[in-house]
Amino acid sequence: MSAMPAAPEGTPPDGAAARRPLPPRPRNEWRAAVRPAIISLVSIVIVFGGLALWITSSAQWPRVQLQFFNLDAMIAAFPRVLQGFWVSMRIWLTALLCIGLWALVLAVVRSLRSPWFTPFRLMVVVYIDIFRGIPVLLLVLLFGFGIPALNLPGLPNSGLFWGSVAMVLSYSAYVAEIYRSGIDAVHEGQWAAAKSLGLSEWQTMIYAVLPQALRNVLPALMNIVVALQKDVALLSVIGVRDAVREAQIYTAQTFNYSSLVVAAGLFLLATIPMARLADYVTRKDRERRLQRAG
Amino acid sequence: MSIPRIAIDGVTKYYGQTLVLDEVSLDVAPHEVVCLIGASGSGKSTLLRCINRLVDFDHGEIRLDGISVEDAQFGHTGLQKRIGIVFQSYNLFPHMSVLDNITLAPRKVHKIAREAAEARARELLGLFGMAEHALSYPEQLSGGQQQRVAIMRSLATRPEVLLLDEVTAALDPELIGEVLRIIRQLKDEGMTMVIVTHEMGFARDVADSVCFLEGGRILERGDPKTMFAAPQNERTEKFLQRIIEAGRL
Ligand SMILES: Nc1ncnc2c1ncn2[C@@H]1O[C@H](COP(=O)(O)OP(=O)(O)OP(=O)(O)O)[C@@H](O)[C@H]1O
Ligand SMILES: [Mg+2]
Repeated sequence: MSAMPAAPEGTPPDGAAARRPLPPRPRNEWRAAVRPAIISLVSIVIVFGGLALWITSSAQWPRVQLQFFNLDAMIAAFPRVLQGFWVSMRIWLTALLCIGLWALVLAVVRSLRSPWFTPFRLMVVVYIDIFRGIPVLLLVLLFGFGIPALNLPGLPNSGLFWGSVAMVLSYSAYVAEIYRSGIDAVHEGQWAAAKSLGLSEWQTMIYAVLPQALRNVLPALMNIVVALQKDVALLSVIGVRDAVREAQIYTAQTFNYSSLVVAAGLFLLATIPMARLADYVTRKDRERRLQRAG
Repeated sequence: MSIPRIAIDGVTKYYGQTLVLDEVSLDVAPHEVVCLIGASGSGKSTLLRCINRLVDFDHGEIRLDGISVEDAQFGHTGLQKRIGIVFQSYNLFPHMSVLDNITLAPRKVHKIAREAAEARARELLGLFGMAEHALSYPEQLSGGQQQRVAIMRSLATRPEVLLLDEVTAALDPELIGEVLRIIRQLKDEGMTMVIVTHEMGFARDVADSVCFLEGGRILERGDPKTMFAAPQNERTEKFLQRIIEAGRL
């Protein structure tokens, strides 16, 4: 027998009509909410306080503080590191735009099915293989040092430009594959429906498939956006005066690493909100899928 | 005798090495409703998809009003304008409103102005009792409503022929009626239709003739009442027997 609540006095045995459900168990709402919070707080203070005490009381701490967390050095380095960081973020945004568009072109060309596109599809396959297979750093060095050295007429000569081009080419290969997975995930029936309505392959892509594909891959794209935000720091190796470069210059002059910590702090300030946004988008996307499935 | 609206003439179709349609011939007169029945895998969907060239066939010919569907005069979109198809799984565009689903092809393919296309869409929505859902999205609709939208979408360009592929197979039993009612309405308006269905009661009711397919061949064609009562071919008889045992006739 299952544990049925006993029917109240005077109810007929089958008594659905007169039956009243049990009331909720009385709870002290305030205590239920506050007690865990207080426990967490106390626990945090004990653990982190203990850690801080242990670290700062060690014999090496003053040296670490002097080298990495020197407030005077931080203040002195801050303006130029911030200026470099601004350069980093501008590169990031520009590259993002270029990657988003160029990768879309690659993915669409690769996904079109008409035999006329075969040579272009092949080109895209080779492109993706090459640029996914070479480390970004190597590409940045090759483009950023190599091409300006050629002194090509009519083309920009700056390391910043060619280094950014390398980033865009490399990242586009990854992003194109993400787009393509989104395009492939669109149900075959959508193609059949579009074709039966007379839409050309191109129109099918633009009106029916891509909007769904982009929505499918938004979470994956957001993670790329965050990764790129950090990877623009690679351009410092070819002398682009971004946050890392500026911090390094300061370090070289003073033999103090606090400027690098400032740069790290600035990057965190930018990447943590982006990562949270990525998490949010991912969660929303999962909810949407569950809703549709349910 | 007048020329048939659709003339299927010895059509053979392979998927790779698999023979799916084996010299199928079938004429459909204007305003005629033909139901295709047969076991799973007998080639019913493939035959429908050959008619509007969703798939290409290997041999034979299909003519619309006497002109081969492969004729250049249909261009890329002429055939699709005149032959509509509706699928079992609706295949509505999930990111578009009902109105946009219906007006997409008229506007983008046939270059009809938005106002005219929307007027036509709203006329259809009114006709099929869905006027208040014009701005809904497919996922906000029941299966029966989605399938009605799919039918309207295929009617937006005023086709002369409608192909229906098991349009009620994915629906809950209580939603089937509303879709079947629309098909009956279309028949009354004189639409030429080729219908693949497992609803034998509906086939008997709405079809002018029924074709039984097996192994890519049409084994028997006849008037539904006669055929269901006294099938000529023993394979048809066996198939109908199974259907009756499953309680669907
Ligand atoms: N795209 C395809 N590629 C390869 N084989 C296919 C393809 N589509 C269908 N077939 C095969 O062709 C045969 C006929 O398929 P078809 O879908 O026309 O059958 P059907 O009568 O509509 O069946 P059902 O009642 O299950 O829908 C089947 O054997 C099927 O496996
Ligand atoms: Mg089928």
